[in-house]
Amino acid sequence: MVEQIDSSPVRQPRVGLFVTCLVDLFRPNVGFAALKLLQRAGFDVVIPSQQTCCGQPAYNNGDARDAREIAKQVIDVFAGYDYTVVPSGSCAGMIKEHYPRLFDADAEYYEKATTLSSRCFELTEFLDGIGDGAALPEMPSCSYTYHDSCSGLRELGIKQQPRALLARVSGLSMLEMQDSNVCCGFGGTFCVKYPDISGRMVTDKVEAICATGADMVLGGDLGCLMNIAGRLKRIDSTVSVYHVAEVLAGKTDIPPIGGNSS
Amino acid sequence: MQSVAHEFKAHARRALQDTTLQHALARAKGGFIDQRRTAIEALPEFDELRACAKQIKNHTLAHLDYYLERYEAQVKADGGQVHWARGPEEARRIVIDICRAAGARRITKGKSMVGEEIAINPALEAAGFEAIETDLGEYIIQLAKEPPSHIIAPAVHKTRGEITELFYAHHRSHGINERVSDVASIVNEARSVLREAFVTADVGITGANFLVAQTGSSILVTNEGNGDLTCSLPRVHIVTASIEKVVPTLEDLAVFLRLLGRSATGQEMSSYTSIFTGPKRNADLDGPAEYHVVLLDHGRSAMLGNEFREMLRCIRCGACLNHCPVYGSIGGHSYGWVYSGPMGAVLTPLMVGLREAADLPNACTLNGRCQEVCPMGIPLPTMLRRLRMREFEQNLTGARSRWLLSIWAFLAKRPRLYQTLLRPFVRLLAIGSRGTRRSLPLARGWTQSRDFPTPQGRTFQSLYRARQRKQ
Ligand code: SF4
Repeated sequence: MVEQIDSSPVRQPRVGLFVTCLVDLFRPNVGFAALKLLQRAGFDVVIPSQQTCCGQPAYNNGDARDAREIAKQVIDVFAGYDYTVVPSGSCAGMIKEHYPRLFDADAEYYEKATTLSSRCFELTEFLDGIGDGAALPEMPSCSYTYHDSCSGLRELGIKQQPRALLARVSGLSMLEMQDSNVCCGFGGTFCVKYPDISGRMVTDKVEAICATGADMVLGGDLGCLMNIAGRLKRIDSTVSVYHVAEVLAGKTDIPPIGGNSS
Repeated sequence: MQSVAHEFKAHARRALQDTTLQHALARAKGGFIDQRRTAIEALPEFDELRACAKQIKNHTLAHLDYYLERYEAQVKADGGQVHWARGPEEARRIVIDICRAAGARRITKGKSMVGEEIAINPALEAAGFEAIETDLGEYIIQLAKEPPSHIIAPAVHKTRGEITELFYAHHRSHGINERVSDVASIVNEARSVLREAFVTADVGITGANFLVAQTGSSILVTNEGNGDLTCSLPRVHIVTASIEKVVPTLEDLAVFLRLLGRSATGQEMSSYTSIFTGPKRNADLDGPAEYHVVLLDHGRSAMLGNEFREMLRCIRCGACLNHCPVYGSIGGHSYGWVYSGPMGAVLTPLMVGLREAADLPNACTLNGRCQEVCPMGIPLPTMLRRLRMREFEQNLTGARSRWLLSIWAFLAKRPRLYQTLLRPFVRLLAIGSRGTRRSLPLARGWTQSRDFPTPQGRTFQSLYRARQRKQ
């Protein structure tokens, strides 16, 4: 990498990739897919080893102190990059929207959080924003539907970006589901704290997915995708589940999330 | 009503299994959402109006004392009276005293959420008065002896079949012996029974959607016209309202009216918008001889000074309920008090106590759809998160989740340890699974209705570092 930078007249912009805890633990393939997509788009990608979790579990459960300490760690680790990119709408939303709010009473970190916030992007938003019109990989002909995860959709306005990127993958056809903007019932710890309600919500979501007749359901947040995949598996559906990055990077050579494959 | 919010989980579970309720909820939800969308798409300036309303309300709240005093002075100047109530008990006492002084026997009621908040009906009955709800939805739930399940559609949880049976059981005393099941006949039957109540009532009690400081008026928005009859036929009119309902001028009011109907039911305007200003004047053809306004605080002035102030902008349109997937799954009664859905999950803990209603702020995925549709731009998820923070500070968060969360936070702050400990854990979870597990110790909540997708095997960090070493 260092040699590359030295040999090129203009320094490649450096991207710090925050893979997120769920990707790290459950689905490394998404991290490698994001890495590949960013490198292909011409970035010098660094994946800091000091990263863990963005702090949402603490923040959303009322533990502001731990949330703040975790946020400080993320802010410090990702301070040196031109961009921070995250393959998750909810973790990117946490960094962009909520980190600055955590430091109302800490001028130094408020400043740092705001800077990181302005340089932080969700993966599809970042890739679509680059406007690289090159065709993405080919897929064997199949249809997909897309679930809009709530934080990405409402905190970051991510809706058209993943669809625009997926439209460049030849072989794919899109079948919109009813209520693609309605929550799947994951909600972080909500899904285990209120399993009855969460179960009902994911049942509705999966019904909408199955009604499209699509071969695959894609999305940008692993939490939601695991929730959906788990429900699909429970009802013995053959719809397969992938993270949007995996499809965009042509990395669907491993079994889908939850193992279902049509 | 007495709060049963502490039984949230049990009520929610029962609601999910109640097929009649599920049927009613599914039918109502689609209608509200589509009608609102159509109405708002037809109003390009909706976002500007929303910003404008927010600004007016923020200004009013910043000078609430001034506008309330101005309102009171105006009401008095017009010959009415204003009574201040710190809490439900005081409010009930004031209302009962007015009814006693008026020598009342029969009382008609228009729909009032503040009336529900102070539980006025049981108090009136206990004091020996006959209180009759005149809003169709409220009348239905009064017959069924149930609290409202929605702030603008109190009987939305009832199916038509249930209403048919309810009327059949209760209207025999009025000489009606047939079952009616089509909407028009149901409405007509209620009308004929209520007509008698309207003309014989001594006192009419209504709520207010807004209070106008400039003119001392209370504004009532309805679709049935029952509010007008409740206000103008009896000798005494009592308005029960809360202090944040005040807006400065009639011109300001117009902004809110344009937002309210569209957000609530998708109507450009509700069928009836009535403005009441004081008792009957000499030249008036009708109207009450006495006009009273009972202004309730009940925790609102405290909210004015804390991190929940923005919640006081709420105009009770119900859009957040209609768009909430949790409300749509379990209905309003599960929330255990008069307010439900997202706005209820914020208000109930602030009014009946955080310990009593500890579940409500947590029973939400923070998906943000409520905030997206709220005409007053209230950041409902932020409000809920702040309540969670209070719970955490006050040790109301469950011991088990507190413990698990603190372990997670401990690890998250120590990347080396995190990686060392979680690497084998993840491998263990992956062993022998074919993509998912049907059950998993300690994860019953997850596996109750879905399988658990198992990890790929190795963590990203370990795979990536190994790959780097090779290069
Ligand atoms: S919080 Fe907003 S959407 Fe909900 S009832 Fe109040 S004004 Fe309407």
